[in-house]
Amino acid sequence: MITSRTFDTVVIGAGAAGMAAAAEIATAGFHVAMFDREEYCGGILLQCIHNGFGLHQFGAELTGPEYAETFADTVRSLPVDFFPETTVTDITKNDSIIIITTCSPRSGVMEIRTKAVVLAMGCRERNRGNIGIPGSRPSGVFTAGLAQRLLNIEGYIPGKKAVIIGSGDIGLIMARRLTWTGSKVEAVVEILPHPSGLTRNIVQCLEDFSIPLYLSHSVTRIFGKNRVEGVEIAPLENGIPIPDKAWTVKCDTVLLSVGLIPENELSVKAGIELHPNTGGPVVDQHLMTTVPGIFACGNVLHVHDLVDFVTGEAKRCGKHVTSYLTGNDTVPEKNIAVEAGANIKYVTPNRCTIDGDLPFFMRSLIIRESAELSVSQGTGVVFTKKIKHVRPAEMISVTLAEKGTAALDPSQPLTFSLR
Amino acid sequence: MSETIHDVAVIGAGVCGAAIARTLSAYHLSIALLEKECDVAFGVSKANSGIVHGGFHHPVSSLKAKLEIAGNLMFEKLHHELGFPYKRVGVLVVAFSEEEMKTVEHLFTQGEENGVIGLELCSAGRIRALEPKINPDAAGGLFAPGGGIIEPYGFVFALVECAQNNGCTLKTDFEVAGAVRQDDHFIISSRSGETVSARFVINAAGLFADTVSDIFSAEPYTIIPRKGEEYLLDRNAKAFPDHVLFPVPAGKSKGILVIPTVEGTTMVGPTAIEVTDKESLDTSSINLDSVFTHAKHMLPAVSRRDIITSFAGMRPTLASGDFYIAPSEKVPGFIHVAGIQSPGLTASPAIAEYVKDLLKSIGCTLTEKEHFNAMLPRKKTMRERDSVSMTALVEKDPRYGNIFCRCETVSEAQIVEAIHKGHRTLDGIKFYTRAGMGRCQGGFCSYKILKILARETGLPITAFTKRGTGSHIVSGKLSATLFDNNESGPT
Repeated sequence: MITSRTFDTVVIGAGAAGMAAAAEIATAGFHVAMFDREEYCGGILLQCIHNGFGLHQFGAELTGPEYAETFADTVRSLPVDFFPETTVTDITKNDSIIIITTCSPRSGVMEIRTKAVVLAMGCRERNRGNIGIPGSRPSGVFTAGLAQRLLNIEGYIPGKKAVIIGSGDIGLIMARRLTWTGSKVEAVVEILPHPSGLTRNIVQCLEDFSIPLYLSHSVTRIFGKNRVEGVEIAPLENGIPIPDKAWTVKCDTVLLSVGLIPENELSVKAGIELHPNTGGPVVDQHLMTTVPGIFACGNVLHVHDLVDFVTGEAKRCGKHVTSYLTGNDTVPEKNIAVEAGANIKYVTPNRCTIDGDLPFFMRSLIIRESAELSVSQGTGVVFTKKIKHVRPAEMISVTLAEKGTAALDPSQPLTFSLR
Repeated sequence: MSETIHDVAVIGAGVCGAAIARTLSAYHLSIALLEKECDVAFGVSKANSGIVHGGFHHPVSSLKAKLEIAGNLMFEKLHHELGFPYKRVGVLVVAFSEEEMKTVEHLFTQGEENGVIGLELCSAGRIRALEPKINPDAAGGLFAPGGGIIEPYGFVFALVECAQNNGCTLKTDFEVAGAVRQDDHFIISSRSGETVSARFVINAAGLFADTVSDIFSAEPYTIIPRKGEEYLLDRNAKAFPDHVLFPVPAGKSKGILVIPTVEGTTMVGPTAIEVTDKESLDTSSINLDSVFTHAKHMLPAVSRRDIITSFAGMRPTLASGDFYIAPSEKVPGFIHVAGIQSPGLTASPAIAEYVKDLLKSIGCTLTEKEHFNAMLPRKKTMRERDSVSMTALVEKDPRYGNIFCRCETVSEAQIVEAIHKGHRTLDGIKFYTRAGMGRCQGGFCSYKILKILARETGLPITAFTKRGTGSHIVSGKLSATLFDNNESGPT
């Protein structure tokens, strides 16, 4: 028989975002169900055994599992029902009731009725197919996160000699991790002229171990019949690999750290509109998606640099869900569209009414030591701010205050630009 | 060493070998199916485009066309019996000029001559009505409602399982290295020194049919590998068409297709490039560009952004361009099934019948079994089930509730079943269950599958491979001692 249950809120995903949102909502006295596919809560934090988490939230350097445990403890002390090893297979909405279908070995199929949902499914790694690296298809090609899981949780060494494609943070962390394990990291190859990961990780994970980083280079071929035997690396000129200058590096392992994709297959099933620039749901200033009652936070919304920022966003999301449940947050009738202008990849939220201090998060497309962020409507500039150390790897946040922006025209988009 | 002398040894467990083994398993025959790879369908068949062809591409004078048309008509019955993923969605050939329409008219006439039922010449308006997503510049085309789509490895697995249920012996990792004639039978030896004896031998060795023919001192010929690169798009890709879309053929191949796979992803390809190395399954960036340019021209919604993986396969071709299915004139008891390129999969059930008749003609006694079991229980995928049937399944076995592969919805129970059916590599499990075949390409489920493999077989994780010897997944277990990762790793 299908089990039916009712909760005030359902949180999908028990990683950093899910736990913080669940805690916030349950603290306000609501009964929350939190689902995760894995056996334990904590999400990807559990395999991030390095430190550096929590500087913003706790003023301390914690490891991933320590950071996760702090929130897991909080969640356990609150009215949150955690369902481990449970996959959410569907979300549908019937008038104001949202129905979540789940599947698990313990409870079989469940149908949960709820008033509000928080999407906190995180993201997945881009893989070889997504970036189309030519060559053979041997074993030994891993996404950096899978290699991290195999090494840090399962206790197996992916390989002895590795080349890492992409300079995303997980790849950088794994370069150091493999070196500590006794494996050799021959090179980190980045297609862009600048690193994709945080500066501190470039220093602590590559420079400290003399691991070469090739910027504006590309892996143009993977060799090996059964197991990886090597890769061909070529420099890029005007974005095109130069075959004459290519060379081969012998290795038995290739790790890919080439970006993350918010996992929104469920969101699509629920009829939620996704934003082409973030890959996450389109949200308003309450982090509510285009389906009323369904909210999103964390990496499922847009990919964050630091877990601390995920937590911050999830807490805000939790507050908005609480207001929604108590009827204090109404869906605004006039929403201003928010758009990415010059040198900005994306801005979130994507729609807003400014009725208080409202934080915006955005990612730059350029590297500048000093830049000016401007927010405009039509030809009029409504806000400007000087920003230092602008780079794609580091998220920019600014808060617009109600006072300073009172004269906004609801029919015109707000455009964020960097110069 | 005394061992059984089989009546028939079939060399190669691709689609032809599998279909032949299953067909013969309906008779009182002792059959050995020999495969050089560690699992079935691991050669040419695994990279097949998965199309049941429409019967109009080849002239009626060819053996190809005869067997293609006969084979095409056998799929409903086979699907009913074996339950592999299959749909007769129809195929379209899309023309973009008056010139191309002339070729389409030729294909239409050829198809009619071949006896294909239901072929339709389409106007520009008709073809757009059939396939609204195609380039509005299409001038017209050909509609063959009898064409379809199939999961190629699912088909091979089902054929082999059915043959096994009816007494056929499967030997994987058996690469034929030698053969000697002794009395009325052959003694076939593998690279690792194992032997199998059989009175009749069917050479369905695909790319290596020429090598096998040499080993048996049968007729010499050369298999020319023709590489095809394919690109798989996400199941949410907007390009997913209603029919298999062919361009108007120019040259030896059928061109770059847009294929709605039976499992809901979109496949774009294949290229057709003659190569020398049978085992070089490399893909290249130049071909990627050309594949997408061609595919986009036919169906503008095709986008490189939707690629989840790419792979290459080989067609085993002969210079004649036709199939070579005949008893050896030099070696009595030996039958060639060579040069089986497109439309080989479509033709395979008819090839099996044809080979059965050849076998009879060269003196093999065929007596039907009274209790041949043609049926394999059809297993619904998790994706096809509703909540009620899922609940019943999980109540029976809770492991069905544990979804391992989130992209293709595959449960722990299905992984366990695959392992117990003998699929013990990540690729074998992937082809059998689809776990790892979706958009994350195994990023989330690989480690779970490795753990279940270890649990179910009692072997360490270091023992498992992607697709057999040499393709190990991890290099060793993390040791308590720093800088010592050589423990228990395979060499």
